[in-house]
Amino acid sequence: MSNSRSLLRAVLLLSLAPALLGLPAQGHAADNKVVVVTSFPKDLTGKFKSEFEKRNPNVQVEILNKSTSSGLKYVQETAKNNTSDIFWASAPDAFEVLKGDGLLKKYTPKVTGIPEKVGAYPINDPDGYYIGFAAAGYGIMWNTRYIKAKNLKPAKEWMDLAKPEYHGHVGMSAPSRSGTTHLTVETLLQGEGWDKGWAQWKELAGNFKTVTERSFGVPDGVNSGDFGFGIVIDFFGLSSQATGFPVEFVYPTVTTLVPANVGILKNAPHPQAAEAFVEFLLSPEGQATLLDPKIRRLPVNPATYSKAPAGFPNPFKDKSIGAAVKFDVDLSKRRYNVVNSLFDVMVTYRLDDLKAAVRAIQDAEAAAARKPNNAKVAALIKEARGLVAATPVTEAQAADPKFSSIFKKRRRKKTDVVPQRQAEVEEQWDAFVTKNYAQARAKAEQALSLAR
Amino acid sequence: MNAHWGQRVAALLIAAFLLLFLVIPVVQVIFVAFQAPATGAFTLVNFQDFFNTSLFREAFWNSLYVAVMSVLVATLFAMPLAYFTTRFEFRGAIIVQTLGIIPLIMPPFVGAVAMQLLFGTNGSINLLLEEWFGINIPFMEGLNGVIFVESIHYFPFILINLSAALNNIDRAMEESAQNLGASGIRLFRRIVFPLAMPGYVAGASIVFLKVFDDLGTPLLLNVNTLLAPQAYLRISSIGITDPMGYVISVILVLFSLFAMWIAALALRGKDYGTEQRGGGGLAKRRMRPWEGILSYGVIGLILLLVLSPHIGLTLLSFGTIWSFSVLPDGYTITHYLEVFEQSPQFVTNTVLYASLAALIDVTIGTAIAYLALRTKIIGRKWLDYTAMAALAVPGVVLGIGYLRTFLGVHLPWSGEPLSNWWVMLVIALSVRRLPYALRACTAALQQLSVALEEAAENLGAGKLTTVRRIVVPLMVGGILAGFVTSFATAAVELSTTIMLVSRESDAPLAYGLYVFMQTAAGRGPGAALGIIAVVIVGVAAYLSHRVIERGHKARGLADEY
Repeated sequence: MSNSRSLLRAVLLLSLAPALLGLPAQGHAADNKVVVVTSFPKDLTGKFKSEFEKRNPNVQVEILNKSTSSGLKYVQETAKNNTSDIFWASAPDAFEVLKGDGLLKKYTPKVTGIPEKVGAYPINDPDGYYIGFAAAGYGIMWNTRYIKAKNLKPAKEWMDLAKPEYHGHVGMSAPSRSGTTHLTVETLLQGEGWDKGWAQWKELAGNFKTVTERSFGVPDGVNSGDFGFGIVIDFFGLSSQATGFPVEFVYPTVTTLVPANVGILKNAPHPQAAEAFVEFLLSPEGQATLLDPKIRRLPVNPATYSKAPAGFPNPFKDKSIGAAVKFDVDLSKRRYNVVNSLFDVMVTYRLDDLKAAVRAIQDAEAAAARKPNNAKVAALIKEARGLVAATPVTEAQAADPKFSSIFKKRRRKKTDVVPQRQAEVEEQWDAFVTKNYAQARAKAEQALSLAR
Repeated sequence: MNAHWGQRVAALLIAAFLLLFLVIPVVQVIFVAFQAPATGAFTLVNFQDFFNTSLFREAFWNSLYVAVMSVLVATLFAMPLAYFTTRFEFRGAIIVQTLGIIPLIMPPFVGAVAMQLLFGTNGSINLLLEEWFGINIPFMEGLNGVIFVESIHYFPFILINLSAALNNIDRAMEESAQNLGASGIRLFRRIVFPLAMPGYVAGASIVFLKVFDDLGTPLLLNVNTLLAPQAYLRISSIGITDPMGYVISVILVLFSLFAMWIAALALRGKDYGTEQRGGGGLAKRRMRPWEGILSYGVIGLILLLVLSPHIGLTLLSFGTIWSFSVLPDGYTITHYLEVFEQSPQFVTNTVLYASLAALIDVTIGTAIAYLALRTKIIGRKWLDYTAMAALAVPGVVLGIGYLRTFLGVHLPWSGEPLSNWWVMLVIALSVRRLPYALRACTAALQQLSVALEEAAENLGAGKLTTVRRIVVPLMVGGILAGFVTSFATAAVELSTTIMLVSRESDAPLAYGLYVFMQTAAGRGPGAALGIIAVVIVGVAAYLSHRVIERGHKARGLADEY
């Protein structure tokens, strides 16, 4: 018995031995480094790190890779005792939260030659707390093997994806999970108007296979061939293609170019290195780094495009990219969380109900097309469509600061008062949409049986 | 009976550990659940909202359904594997037992990709089925998909604990039953299985709780009408401060404790202890030839099914491009080269963190099991329940809690915040994985007759000596089972890790996986890193099985003298 005990001890020691030799070294808190919290992939951060260190041999870049939401929480929680210098991510909403919490430091870059807007979106925060260093736009990517096997045509516009033949072939992330997805949803809402915009989103979502939990889940699914079409940000599509996956990417007419941002944190332990890092991102060398095939983001300095390979989209020259919609940033901000929450209640959490209703409508329409001129059938289908399209919140309500405070109010003072609880509101919406989806499905099925 | 002073000190130390590293950090985060959103005053209105929300009620029933079904399916996988390899002469038993642990390590993200490529709507299996028979089976869709993946993923908990328990059964029990005319299924149902009940309940209750509280699999399948993903999605969305995420976390913890209590009731009032430990001097049973062929066949099929994600992962790690096809387009070793070139510290850090965490877990697990079962110290059950509650706490909540609690505390030698020190990562991992080790240790002690300890004490041994020389050596099978499960699951933990890692040189493998899986080009290296994790855990599991086996042999020899 003591034999087995000593063996146990031996095994435990053995399993520890290699690790003990490789004990993580304790880094020294040196002045000559810059700590960057980022959600960007290694392909991007690694390249910028090495280029920056080449030019600033005394400064070491320490990259902390975290998802946008955990990076944000990390910065918020460590603020009292901040050890990070820079927050570097795509989602403008994350920067808005940091700015609202007073965790960013105002900084005006010294670099010149960068215009005010890319497409219709302002590049820098008007208040000067965060700075755009690259741009990206949303579009559609598809798997060529998939569409060949399923006999589908490439979809070029958002609403192409709402056609019945694409049912179950589309994937997207939720706007509450990804700031850039949010801007795509908002772009369509602004381009088409609140009611029509939501009706279109739900028609489109009725064809979804899935709503992925993280934004990278979409290119992942298209690359694997799990679903054929993905609504993704350009560099996901372009870098997948560069890796060798059988995929293609296109910008629809209605898209918004969104800046990817960088901000210096308040009380940054290495402020000079942090400023140098931001300046490098905006410098001609830094901007040119964006053209790397593994990175492929759109530079914000128009001059850099002269070095771009042929076929590289240039939003400063090609006005068709990202210019169709006059993007109202203030409106977007006012209803930010309402839109997120509404999308989750209407689409993400009730996707199966929505899909069933939309499928039933598509079937009824197909049957009606074979036997036209049946007024009753047409009326039922119209009613069903109306039920799916209906939104429990009006545009005015969504932008009402009092209403939207239910969703984002973080109580800072004891006297802050919020009128209603998010859970109450969401339950009302949920009851509204589940009832509508069920009724829409019933009406569409009725129409189908009449049309047969 | 007065508790021994050593027991009291141990109980206090453990209570302090749990308070400091579990209760306080978690309370720092989830107190929001008890705050009125409008005024910030104490309230239970959020809980009322929970029960008034049809989505949450639905999610609750879905979670319960998925958890119960997963236990049933996991039992079907685990039972034959455990029974045949422990109670019979079975060639390759160690290999089967080792392979049976592998499914527990589903590396985050890459595991999901591999599963989709195999079992997805357009995965290899369905592409073949469609070509041959024109059918498509939705393995990975909806609640049934969750049950399928969860049972493959977590059945090793039952396998490991049931095997440890079966190994401990005195061979003489079976022999007596056989002499009295019992055989086959009846022998198993009436004698062997009831004696192994503590191990089965330990494993089944972990599977139940783990599935009920699990986040990874539902997110992998994008099924969000379950409680844990609802909590996670609400806690981790940007900018929204919805208390419901924390309310759901509290409900998960309470329900998990309730389920634990039910499991404890199931075992109460029965005595599972035997004086003689398994194996003993008697030979294991032999199978008749046709029985042998049948059982190898069954085991082969089960292993093929449960290891298929890892077969997929292996293909992914060696594959070039794998898209909408049965197999990858070509094969290469560059992914492995890339991993070794870029990030060798991921591997060493992981081995260090996971072994330290598992070591802490079995130490505390053994101590809590002993205190709960062998002493009358007040609050002993609460140590058990509190430690188990860790299972229901979402990793992101624990991570935020650590930042809130330990950021203000500074290390005396470097002045750095305590939360940035890699040791805190180890402690967080050990807290998250303690429930596994604790259940394994408890089951092992339940099977140990208290008469042996009484005998030792009658012969003059003190409490400490008895624990050291009698109890722990006899529990070694269960302790190792706990070590392996804690180690395996700690090696791929992500949600707390990503919150706490404060510099890349301290990061474990799961962080590396996350970083790779952010880009299309990172899929291959990510899979390679995942396979490395699998190999590390496989080696650890194999070694511990060798230890158990040697222990049996040594004891068998000793008994023959």
